[in-house]
Amino acid sequence: MSSDIVLKTENLTKHYGGVHALVGANFEMKKGEHVAIMGDNGAGKSTFVRQITGVEQRTSGTVSLYGEEVNFTGPLDARQAGIETVFQTLALADDLDVPDNLFLGRELTKWNWLGPFRRLDYKAMRDATMQGLVKTGVKIPNIKNSIQNMSGGQRQCVAIARTATFASKLTIMDEPTAALGVQETAQVENIIRNMKEQGAPLILVSHNMRQVFDLVDRIVVFRRGRIVANLNKDETDGQDVVAYITGVKTGAEYEGAA
Amino acid sequence: MTDNSDGIGGLTFDKSKRSWPNEFNIFFALIIIIVIFEALGQILPYMNDQSFLFDTKDRFDTIFNEARLKIIILQVAIIGIIALGVTQVIITAGIDLSSGPLVAATAMVAMSFAQTELVNGNPNPKALFGTWAMDLPVVVPVVIGLVFGACIGAINGTFIAFLRIPPFIATLGMFLVCRGIALWWSSGNPISFPTESYKFIGSGMMPVVWFLSLAILFHIIMKYTVYGKHTYAIGSNEDAARMSGINVKRHKVMVYMIASMLAAFAGIVLSAKASTAQAGMGEFYELFAIAMAVIGGISLTGGRGSIIGTVLGAMVLGVIRSGFTFIKLDGSYQLMAMGSIIIAAVILDQYRQRNRA
Repeated sequence: MSSDIVLKTENLTKHYGGVHALVGANFEMKKGEHVAIMGDNGAGKSTFVRQITGVEQRTSGTVSLYGEEVNFTGPLDARQAGIETVFQTLALADDLDVPDNLFLGRELTKWNWLGPFRRLDYKAMRDATMQGLVKTGVKIPNIKNSIQNMSGGQRQCVAIARTATFASKLTIMDEPTAALGVQETAQVENIIRNMKEQGAPLILVSHNMRQVFDLVDRIVVFRRGRIVANLNKDETDGQDVVAYITGVKTGAEYEGAA
Repeated sequence: MTDNSDGIGGLTFDKSKRSWPNEFNIFFALIIIIVIFEALGQILPYMNDQSFLFDTKDRFDTIFNEARLKIIILQVAIIGIIALGVTQVIITAGIDLSSGPLVAATAMVAMSFAQTELVNGNPNPKALFGTWAMDLPVVVPVVIGLVFGACIGAINGTFIAFLRIPPFIATLGMFLVCRGIALWWSSGNPISFPTESYKFIGSGMMPVVWFLSLAILFHIIMKYTVYGKHTYAIGSNEDAARMSGINVKRHKVMVYMIASMLAAFAGIVLSAKASTAQAGMGEFYELFAIAMAVIGGISLTGGRGSIIGTVLGAMVLGVIRSGFTFIKLDGSYQLMAMGSIIIAAVILDQYRQRNRA
């Protein structure tokens, strides 16, 4: 049964000195589920993500991935365990092209006996990139173009395509459309729908109410470092969520939490 | 949004943003500079219609002034070897100022293991060590020189990558340390009279052979291997490289080691060519090597440039130097003009980037 639960955190807590950025977060998501994390600025959303992805070390609590407790010492650990993250600041190398960025740090190579001087298998990476782009529905005109010549939307698509191509277990997106225009946002949302169809689990951190209601199954609201609501999309509406975010309401099971 | 754009995409692709390889620009600049000197040879009254590029004597075996071409490339070959390493360092968004003094220090260290015991039947007058260090096979001084260079590079890289000292400061310190080592090694005395096989390393056109074969080797490495890709990635976005799982620190140490080994090899070639090693050797070499890279379009902000660019940059510098001598411009003016050209190259590069963005 436990393998049905993709991610589970128990009492996840993070203190920055005296600041309690995250307090006792109990979070759970099932296979194939898309969950949105909402909340005001400073509510603990990004802190929560940073604890899961190993960017920071939690103060206390446990994180389990597919029923197994994990202790990531860095983002690399998390990635190797199958958690792919699209960060708010794009982690792309501007001067490289799309396949290079997709395969950065995990290049396909030939002649591996040459160690650091082993040969790059450009053709295999290009083919795999095309497949990945088709799979995720990302449309990029010329994958040989370097990233710096692309628009913000295209860059974001590359970043998402990278996570979606490799993510086997869990994808986390931290405000993926915050800096994008209308059409670009639509493209990113299409990719997310694609992932949903393929049953790839996703945590989406977003401020965009319309987007959240369009895309996810469940909404988890953070307020002042605590989870204050866990709402099924079908049983709630925008006003309701705003009430939780602003502190007018607090979920029954979280009474007294904040 | 149109759907008839290139590739598999729905997003339009602005063809005007597709950039013309930078190397072409440098190549054109090189040709323009040669044409200018050719024209100056015809125009300037005191030049008596001399030709810069072509053979004006009544020789029919060649149309080009072969002697001048040889001198141009020979002059830049040794600094060019350093520039190959400096290029890699600059691509990681670093800088290496220690290469010039490292050339001198390596020349001293390597030469002291390359001396002959007898010079014209007499004991070597410049002998530094006893006879145990005399007449050794040529690999000994070469390997010692390269290992010495690798150690200096490892120290540079460790300070920069692990202790987070800015590359400028770390290598500036090493600049002084290496000059100090060069002076201390033989208490300031020149070391001379190497074995014939050591001399061969720098004889005739050998420096050019080394320069071009190393250029080809590193062109392949930078373009087709994981090492090259990671070097570009680090210079382009160090955080992205780290988050992508590249061991940035270890890679930087490796880049600085390779750069210093290339500078050390340049020192070996230089001392072999001169048949002597002196503590004052290689003055300003680090700056000329950086200039070659910069003229060759290597961006000081990292991530961009190529070995081909640096080779062309070296040729530009060589042609300018030779051209100034050709039009009988005084050495002091040469320095001023070359400095201006380097600055102009950077201004052009920035202008080009602004247009691209």
